[in-house]
Formats: sequence, structure tokens, C-alpha cells
Amino acid sequence: MNSIPWLSLLIVVPLLGGIVCLFVRDNGARWAALIATLIDFALSIYLWVQYDPDGAQWQFVEKMPLSGGVNWALGIDGIALLLIVLTAFLMPICIGASWRAIEKRVPEYMAYFLLMEALIMGSFAAQDLFLFYIFFEGGLIPMYLIIGVWGGAERIKASYKFFLYTLFGSVLMLIAMLYMAGTAHTTSIPALMAYDFPADAQKWLFLAFLASFAVKLPMWPVHTWLPDAHVQAPTAGSVILAGVLLKLGGYGFIRFSLPMFPDGSALFIPLMFGLSAVAAIYTSLVALVQTDMKKLIAYSSVAHMAFVTFGLFAMNRQGIEGAMLVMLGHGLVSGALFLCVGVVYDRLHTRDISRYGGLSDNMPGYALLFMVFTMASIGLPGTSNFPGEFLSMVGTYQASSWAAVAACFSTILAAAYMLYLYWRICFGTQRNKDAAAMPDLSAREWWLLAPIAAAVFWMGIYPESFLRPMRNDIGRVLARMERVAPAGDSHIVVPTMANGMHMDHGATH
Amino acid sequence: MGRFSALLPELILSIGGTVLMMVAAFTGRRGSTLVSWLAIALLLGATAALVGAPSHAGPVFDGLVSEDLFASFGKAIIFPAAAIAIIAAHGWFERGTEHASEYAVLIVFSAVGMSVMVSASSLISLYVGLELTSLASYVLAAYRRTDERSAEAGLKYFVLGALASGILLYGISLLYGFTGTTNFTGLAAAFARGAPSLGLLFGLVFLLAGLAFKISAVPFHMWTPDVYEGAPTPVTAFFASAPKVAAVLLSTRVCIEALAPATDAWRQIVIFAALASIFLGAVAAYGQTNIKRLLAYSSINNVGFALVGLAGAGPQGASSVLFYMAVYVVMTLGAFLCVLWMRDSEGRPVESIASLSGLAQTRPAYAAALAIFMFSLAGIPPLFGFWPKLLVFRAAVASGFVPLAVAAILGTVIGAYYYLRIVKVMYMDEPAEPYGRVREPIQGALILLAAILISPIGYLLIGPLGSLTDRAAGSLF
Repeated sequence: MNSIPWLSLLIVVPLLGGIVCLFVRDNGARWAALIATLIDFALSIYLWVQYDPDGAQWQFVEKMPLSGGVNWALGIDGIALLLIVLTAFLMPICIGASWRAIEKRVPEYMAYFLLMEALIMGSFAAQDLFLFYIFFEGGLIPMYLIIGVWGGAERIKASYKFFLYTLFGSVLMLIAMLYMAGTAHTTSIPALMAYDFPADAQKWLFLAFLASFAVKLPMWPVHTWLPDAHVQAPTAGSVILAGVLLKLGGYGFIRFSLPMFPDGSALFIPLMFGLSAVAAIYTSLVALVQTDMKKLIAYSSVAHMAFVTFGLFAMNRQGIEGAMLVMLGHGLVSGALFLCVGVVYDRLHTRDISRYGGLSDNMPGYALLFMVFTMASIGLPGTSNFPGEFLSMVGTYQASSWAAVAACFSTILAAAYMLYLYWRICFGTQRNKDAAAMPDLSAREWWLLAPIAAAVFWMGIYPESFLRPMRNDIGRVLARMERVAPAGDSHIVVPTMANGMHMDHGATH
Repeated sequence: MGRFSALLPELILSIGGTVLMMVAAFTGRRGSTLVSWLAIALLLGATAALVGAPSHAGPVFDGLVSEDLFASFGKAIIFPAAAIAIIAAHGWFERGTEHASEYAVLIVFSAVGMSVMVSASSLISLYVGLELTSLASYVLAAYRRTDERSAEAGLKYFVLGALASGILLYGISLLYGFTGTTNFTGLAAAFARGAPSLGLLFGLVFLLAGLAFKISAVPFHMWTPDVYEGAPTPVTAFFASAPKVAAVLLSTRVCIEALAPATDAWRQIVIFAALASIFLGAVAAYGQTNIKRLLAYSSINNVGFALVGLAGAGPQGASSVLFYMAVYVVMTLGAFLCVLWMRDSEGRPVESIASLSGLAQTRPAYAAALAIFMFSLAGIPPLFGFWPKLLVFRAAVASGFVPLAVAAILGTVIGAYYYLRIVKVMYMDEPAEPYGRVREPIQGALILLAAILISPIGYLLIGPLGSLTDRAAGSLF
């Protein structure tokens, strides 16, 4: 379709940037990484502009057989497009966040970051089953090194835990992929999305993919690697972990589990809702009692991801669109929150909440932006998380009112732990002299946080620009699941629908 | 004459090896470099002789050996691997009292034995090839005869190897006694005549037990860590590569050519050995502090994965075994060449994993190469070591052995830990005392070449290598 292989460029640019980084000194590596990620961001914007929401399902398609069963097959639909844009948007910010914070072995660090960007882009763009797996799994290596080399005190344990947990989940998926390739005689993801596996096999295939995506997303009870990895990773590592890597799990569900195994997915709806409900409430409660800022945000990520699984397995349009918006919104907001933690961590070198307090006095700019992201994380209308969480809850309510109740509680608890966190850090009296003496945001930090804040408002006020590219693709996923979608227990009829939504909405506030 | 031309590679090596032995005897230490280079030239010449029609002549000498593409594929891996083992020894033995020239000659003779192993299509040639390789290997293990560990390794290898040979011979005699033939096709015909008798089954079990010793599959692996640790490092590099390939290929041929009708009987054994090797290889490597010992367990672990492909039987399974061994040899030789470079400032070899500490900061390129080999041995994509693992799992799944594939793949997660540990020591720990510089440009180039082949660039080889292994495996059926 295109003469220029845009998606390959998207993968190759950071890769080349990474190689350049290895051969230059610290500052050269910083600039090389920044330029490479900015070029990638420009490319992703170009893709977004060129993407035709009413056009073919797969656009910018490239295919080059590598013989021996694997194809260099790339192509994106609206869902992948937005996740690619999110990744490309966050990457330069991550590089900027590491500008001063990383001082040792800078070229290596930048090289790993760029390698990871290439692999993540590849996972979102891959149209071949095994190519996807190679990219998906390959991302472990740079992240392992980033956590292990530049992380905090417990970095070694956290890096092992991250690597082995995610590897364990993925290998089961690999077996399922082998079975799928053998049964359907194709490794093309678009072809497999239209292939009907026997219902009995779907059950096992779904579980195998669940093992991988549940760890990646993460879902309760396999989330325990996440707080460790987040707390120990350097700030930019946490941003990319929360902002993008977790999204691979949700992307996996919507790309593989739902359209490829609709029967299997339907069979496990109670399980998925159950796990999501536990995650939504339990991890929110855990977040409430954390004393470490990063850990608190890490647990809130798990809780927010429950909205994704709720929405996806509601199997209706509102639910899935909501899930996608939550993923995008959470990518922005959690990334920004980790950056906010990084800002004060760089000054005081502690993440202990009790060491801070009253920062709104000496850091008004910081307090303002932190407030914006706190409100977005709670899901205040007008911020990025609101449309997603709202749609996800509407969808969930149609599928199961009990699940929707759990989701609502999660929102209330989110308000509790986020406001409590904000209060302890920014309000109250200034307890520590060194915290009170911290300077406000530098120009560099403004440049990192302000674009995210702008995006947060854009998504909150006009989510249509994000929903539009995905609409047809979500419709195609829904068409695959029409047969099996849950009937729901809310018995909505047209005249009372507005009423039902209103009540649901009311319960969240 | 035609029959002899089919054996051209073996003839080159046998005659050339004998001549070299004389040269080595008369020139002593002075000629060691010359002999080494001549031996490498012989091995490369034998590799070149594989190209061409006569070497694919099929069964020759009344079915004693079968010069098919399968055998040629094996030899095409074994000869260069043996040549690299000679290059690896450069500068190694000069420090001691041994003659480096005899080392090269022994490797050549061992290569003849391996060559017979991969083309054997009769129990007699199987045994002759195996013993020829083993005898050379016993001497090689004890090559540094003034070193207690090396002598111990040689003795241990010899005693346990002799025991395994006895078991193997007993199995062969049972099979011969119950079928009246030593020929693989004859054996297959005998097994095809209804359910095998108890005697035949015993013969099969003993035969496979003997072979399991040679490929160091659990439960016949006990010699491996000790011998690998004790033997001089170039010898260990050799043991872990060429003889391993030869023995795995020999086992594949025996199982598929001679025992095909009894697939259900040997498959249970292979599955057990595969899983036991994978798990024991992975778990036992945890506590190791010596890198050679760790790589010994890694080789046990890897043989387990190759056996998973064999358990798949069928052309796809055999092809995946060939692919696996081809990539395995590159990874292993690369890793051992890196281990060879672990020397202190005075050039003495160092073997502790702790000494690798912080290598990424003192010697970044060296550390990156070793990290590539480690991630690749662990089977983590996007490195090439992932692909052969995928192929053996695919073969197992295609034959309906999904639980086997699941169990084996969980083994990779356990095994990943100790490969990661090496990477962790190199990348995340504080730098230890830096190694002395090793000035071996050829070895450096080989490490670089291996690292490039194992990097994602290797995926470009999937096509040609895949079609070659498919055709080579096809010649067994």
C-alpha cells in the first residue's frame, strides 16, 4: 500500500539510535537518544494523521517472508495505532527524565531504552504470531538490565522477579501459539483473528494466553512482581513500565484472547470478573496503607488495570472502548505520577511519604501539576481517565451489575488513596527543613510534565479523537463475540437505559 | 573405487592424522604450531570433501555406513567445531610441559570417530566410531597430566565411559542375538515383526542407556560436570560441542532408522531422559560457582531440549534436532571461547563466576558477547537460541505431545535463572580485578562471528538452514 515502510522505520530508528549511543560519550548518548525518540514520535504522529479510520482494517501493511515459517509482517489497526502513539509520546519524556537522574553508564542506559522502544513498537505492529512473540519477549532483556543496573537498593531481586515472572507467563503462551500455528496452518494474526478454533481447544488456548497477559497486565494474584519492579526501577523505567509495558497485556487480550478465542473468553467471564473485582478492591486497599510513594502508585496501577479487564470482558462496545481509553489514560497519568515522584526523589532521595509535606508552599508549580494528575488518576470528569472508566463501568453494568459495583468501589477507593497521598505530600505543615527547602520545577521538568497534562485534558475533554480511529476495529472485535457476549443481569430496556446509566454514574461519587 | 570415494572425508582425516602423528613425534615441541595448522587444514579439507555427489552415496560397504545427507550435515558441523577446538588451544598448552601437537592429532582422530558415528548404519560401525572418539577423548581429558584435576577427569571419564561401553555392547549383543543382524534396516525389519520380545526390549534399553551416557543425558550425566571442570578448557570446549553433536545425531539415527517400529518403546525412555535432563540440568546449575561446571549443566540441559525434538519422532522432529544442535554448537563454542579468555593479569586461567563481576564496565564488548550467549542459551528471543527451542517444541506439539512441550518449556524458565545470574554478575555487580588481555585475534574473530550468528541477524539463516535440516532429516525416512 505504501512505498515507504513506515512501520519498519518506526522500529529501525530507535534501534539505530541505540547503536549510535554505544559509540559516543555521555552527553552524545543523551542527545542521540532524544533525537531518535523525537523522530519516532514524529513518525507516529504522521501515522496517526495518515491513518484512515474508515479505511481498511490493517493499514501501512508490510510483508516480507523470511522463509522458514516466520514473516516480517507488520500492519496496524486503530487500536495498535494509538498504543504506538502513546509509546512514542512517552519515550522522549523518559529520556528527558533520565537526563540528570542517570549519571553512571549513560550510553548503555540510553541504548537499552531505545532497544526497548524498538521492541515495543514491534510488538504493537507485528502481524505474525511468532514475530509478535519475539518482540514481546525480547522486551524483557533491556528492562531486566535497566532495573538491575540503575535500580534502587533491592534492584537485583526485583530484576529477577520481573524477568522470571513474565517469562513464566509467556512460555505457556508460546505453546499455545505453536498449537494454533499447527491447527490453523497460518501464523498471520489477521487470519487467525478470523479462524474458529474448536471450542474445547479455545478453553486451553485462552488459559495459556491468560497466563502471559495476566502477568503482564498485571491481574491479581500475579501482580506481585509489579510493586517490586516499579519501586526499584529508575524513574524513567517506571514510566515506561507503567505507561507502555503493562499495556501489552491489555493489547494482548484485545488482539488475541477476545477475537481468537471468543468461546474460551466467554467461558471464563466469571473468573475474569472475579479476579478484576478482587484487584479493584483489594489492591486499592493495599495502596491506601503504603508509605512508599512509588509503591502506592504501583498498586494503583493494578487497581486501574482492573477497569481494563472489566471493560474487555463485558464484551460490549462501551466496555471495550472504555478499556482502551483506560489503557491510554492510565499510560499518561501513571507515567506522569511516576515522574512527579521522580521530581521530588531527585531532590531528597527518598520515596518515604512522611518525609514530605506542605510542598505546595515551596513548590507551587509542582503542586499544581501533581494535583492535575491526582485528579486524573481518580477519574475526575474533564481528565483523561474519566471517559474510560465511565465507559468501562457502563459496559460492565450491562454485563454484570455485581462486577459494576466492585468497579464503583474501586473508584471511591482511588479517590481515597490518591487524595490521601496528595494531602500528605503537598498540604499540611512542612515537617522537614530539607523538604521545605526544595526548589520548584525546573524548566526541564516543566517540559516533561506539561505535555502530559495537555494530553490528559485533551483526552478528558474530547475523547472522540481517540475513539474515532478505534471504532471500526472494536466493531470487528465485537462482531467476533456477538454469539457469546453475556446477556447481563441488568435487563436494560431502551426507555430506562438513561436511568440505569444515571444510577451507575451516581454511585461513583 | 566408488565406495572409497564415498568415504573421502574419513580417508583424508585418517591418513592425514597418521602422517601428522609421525610429524608430531619427530618434531616434538618445535612443530606444534605447524601440526596444529595442518590439522585445521585437514579438518577443513574434509569439510570441503563433503560437497559433491559421492558423499551422498547412501549405504556403502554392505550397509556398514550410510553416507547420506544426514551424515554430511553432521560432519559439516563436527569438522569445523573440531577445528575451532584446535584454534581454542592456541597459546594454552605452551605454558605447560605438554606437546600441543599431540592435542591436534588426537582431535583429528576423534573427528574420524565422530564421522563414523554420524554415518553408522550398523551396530558394529556404531561401536567402532564411538570407541574411536571416546579413546581420543579420554586422553584429551587427561591431557594436562601434571595437573591433578585433569588426571582425575581423564580417569573418571575413562572408568565411567568403559562402563557405558560395556552397557552398550551388552545391548548390542542382545539385539544381535535376538535378531541375527547388526544392520539398522535389518533391526527395523525385526522390530516390525509384531510386538518385540523381552530380549529385544532389553537390548533396546541397554543400547539407549549406553548412548545416553555419551550424550550425557540424565540419569547418565554424572561424569559431565567433573570431566568438564577438570579437563583443560579447550578440551572442555571440544567435549561440549563436536562429540555432543555426533552422539545426539547417532542416537537420532538409531532411534529413527533402527528402532522406528518400536517408537512407542523408545519414546518413553527419550521423554524421561529429556525431562530429567532439562530439570536436573537447570536445578543443579543453581549453586555452581565454577563457570565450566555451570556450562556442563547447561549442556545437560540443552541435550534435554534436543531430545524433546527427538521424542516428536517423524521428519519434523529429526529436523528440529539437527537445527537445535547446529545452533547449540555455535552458542557453546562462543561461550567457551569467552571462558578461555578468563585469565588473570599473569595469564593464568580463572574459572570462578565471581571473577566475571562488573565485566560490562571493564570489558564491555567481551561482556556483551558472553551476555548474548547466555541469553541465547536460555532461549530468550530475539536471540537466535530461541528459534531451535521453538522448533523442538513445535515438533513435540505437532506429534501430540503437548504436556511434554509444556513441561519442557517450564524448564526453560527454571534454567533462565542461572544464565541470568551470569549476566547479573557481569552487568550489575561492582567491577572485580580486571582480566589480563588475551592477544588471540583469531579467537576474538570467532567470538564475534558466533555472537553475530546468534544475534537476531541469525534469523536470516532460518530459511537456508531450515531447508537443509529438512532434507537431511528426510534422508532418514
